[in-house]
Amino acid sequence: MLIGRVVDDVVATQKAPSHEGCKILMAQPLNLDNTDRGEPVLALDAVDAGVGDRVLVVTEGWCAMTAVDREHAPIDMAVVGVIDSVTLAE
Amino acid sequence: MFLARVVGNVVATVKDPALVGKKILVVQPLDKRWQPQHSYIVAVDSVGAGAGETVYCCRGREASFPWYPDEVPTETAIVAIVDGINQAGDRTD
Repeated sequence: MLIGRVVDDVVATQKAPSHEGCKILMAQPLNLDNTDRGEPVLALDAVDAGVGDRVLVVTEGWCAMTAVDREHAPIDMAVVGVIDSVTLAE
Repeated sequence: MFLARVVGNVVATVKDPALVGKKILVVQPLDKRWQPQHSYIVAVDSVGAGAGETVYCCRGREASFPWYPDEVPTETAIVAIVDGINQAGDRTD
């Protein structure tokens, strides 16, 4: 899983039927100091996250499909949690 | 999954039988400013996308699931055509 911040949500009418009824979020992966890491990714939303939230993103197909409860769907990333805080050891 | 722009298509006469009848497109992933990156990826289309359109793609084994239970040998598939993006407040472009 990775930690990301939701930066946008994406609207698509013509899409895989298995994506219907799910929000598509654009998440910017973050370093542990909350700076941006690499390019944003798209993930289906399983927890009703929104723009600005810091979230947990699974990056493997089986996990993502399980999270949104859709089998055999072309989904490789899903938002599975909204992060309240991350505590690091000194 | 990632945002990308369709920039071209690939024609191949000799190919895996599971790819026959599928559109094979060249896409460029978009960066955080939605500008095409220099790299490109060849993806199989599942939604009828065409050149110039913004799409999003799925990678990995899951990329063959639009055609399930057929096993299409691709690791990138176009799974949606993007109509619009609701921007965060600080985005201007």
